[in-house]
Amino acid sequence: MESVYLLIPVSVILVFGIAVAFWWSVRSGQFDDLEGPGFRILMDDDQPKPPVVNGDSNKSEKV
Amino acid sequence: MSGTQTTYNDKVVRQFAVMTVIWGIVGMLVGVIIAAQLVWPELNFGPWLHFGRLRPLHTNAVIFAFGGCALFATSYWCVQRTSHTRLWGGPLIPFTFWGWQIIILLAAVTLPLGITTGKEYAELEWPVDILITLVWVAYALVFFGTIAVRKVSHIYVANWFFGAFIIAVALLHIVNSMEMPITLTKSYSMYSGVQDAMIQWWYGHNAVGFFLTAGFLGMMYYFVPKQAGRPVYSYRLSVVHFWALIFTYMWAGPHHLHYTALPDWTQSVGMIFSLILLAPSWGGMINGIMTLSGAWHKLRDDPVLKFLITSLSFYGMSTFEGPMMSIKTVNALSHYTDWTVGHVHSGALGWVAMVSIGSIYYLLPKLFGKTEMYSTKLVTTHFWIATIGTVLYIASMWIAGVMQGLMWRAVNADGTLAYSFVESVKGSYPFWAIRWLGGVLFLTGMLIMAYNMFKTMAGGKTQDMPVVAPAGHHA
Repeated sequence: MESVYLLIPVSVILVFGIAVAFWWSVRSGQFDDLEGPGFRILMDDDQPKPPVVNGDSNKSEKV
Repeated sequence: MSGTQTTYNDKVVRQFAVMTVIWGIVGMLVGVIIAAQLVWPELNFGPWLHFGRLRPLHTNAVIFAFGGCALFATSYWCVQRTSHTRLWGGPLIPFTFWGWQIIILLAAVTLPLGITTGKEYAELEWPVDILITLVWVAYALVFFGTIAVRKVSHIYVANWFFGAFIIAVALLHIVNSMEMPITLTKSYSMYSGVQDAMIQWWYGHNAVGFFLTAGFLGMMYYFVPKQAGRPVYSYRLSVVHFWALIFTYMWAGPHHLHYTALPDWTQSVGMIFSLILLAPSWGGMINGIMTLSGAWHKLRDDPVLKFLITSLSFYGMSTFEGPMMSIKTVNALSHYTDWTVGHVHSGALGWVAMVSIGSIYYLLPKLFGKTEMYSTKLVTTHFWIATIGTVLYIASMWIAGVMQGLMWRAVNADGTLAYSFVESVKGSYPFWAIRWLGGVLFLTGMLIMAYNMFKTMAGGKTQDMPVVAPAGHHA
């Protein structure tokens, strides 16, 4: 039974960890918009383009 | 590389993407060799190239070298694009690449030499285990460091999957690799007997769950929408998929130990959790495939999309088959037979390899300053060869597996066994030959991919792309 004494606490701690991550993600508004993020990745054009959007748009402010 | 935060770090993505194809060829070649050894046992040359030593080399090469490089490449690409920032971590980034390659080379040397812990998918000995831990911690720092410096507040769902994969693999590796070194090349597990078996399959199944599923689901949630040019069918469902999967995955491992010395209740818990897993798995599969809803015509002439959508079909098939095989009465027939091997390859060739191949085809032209692959026709050829190879492999193993299971359990009226073991081996030969053929086809597809890749790379300029400012500002 010894392995169970290791695996069950590991699983319980893990579930608490996951629950905290879930709680944080809901509270911090990760899931406030459940439509937009799906579209947003398509707007990030991957093809090489002239760098017109750089300059001071690199500010650390999160939008 | 201007030194400022204005370009993505695509060098490391380029390195991992190319090595994905190289290691794919190596790992699948070893697979073809051991498949041939089963059909023609004379091919077992000496101890170093014996089936028993090449088989772990095959599994390590395809899972950790091919699959691992694909995961590094795609996660590094995805996390930079969706976070709108350059990869964080400085020297840690090249360390993850070179460290991982050294680990692969060490595996390629030590496993044929017979240096092994004997734990499936965790055969590498303790010095390599320590190196894996170091590289993995560096990977976690780079990935989560990049998430931390992101320029948008939302963390795209693919990154959640990649993140869970990185954390879970670290935990699994450390717990299962607890061992006492005796010499440089030999150690003993901290656990023994059935305890060791339980820890091993807690590791083994979660390696399937987090390395071969969560990581590749991250790939799916980024590259399927990108290649289809459409958002994922339901972003809401993708979030539910993620949390459902990670809350329920951890306890499916005991289904590998049905009818062993493991306590009966533990086996039943494993079976029930395995059955529960059907729900999130199919939720994700449907979500991925339905991304093409209303744009099915794109499948007609886009071979990259064919790879990605077919991979999801195989994902659906193997995640249905898996829970069914975990039911004890089914397992009584399927356990220890080639059915299990067929099931694994339904996931490995059909899902993991195809979604990786599709994603790498998406990346290669962009990484080398081209608009498309050198030959789209060859990508289509690769797709059909790979699909036929996979189907041959799975179907032959199904037939062989069920036949073996039925032969082993058949009894005469007086209670004696109807068949000797070797009779089931003899009956399996034709199916092993078909399996070998399926493997040869799949390997041929990878060789075509390598040719196409080198032709695409030729004369390409490898300039890193500027970081794209977040689009769609919203209040």
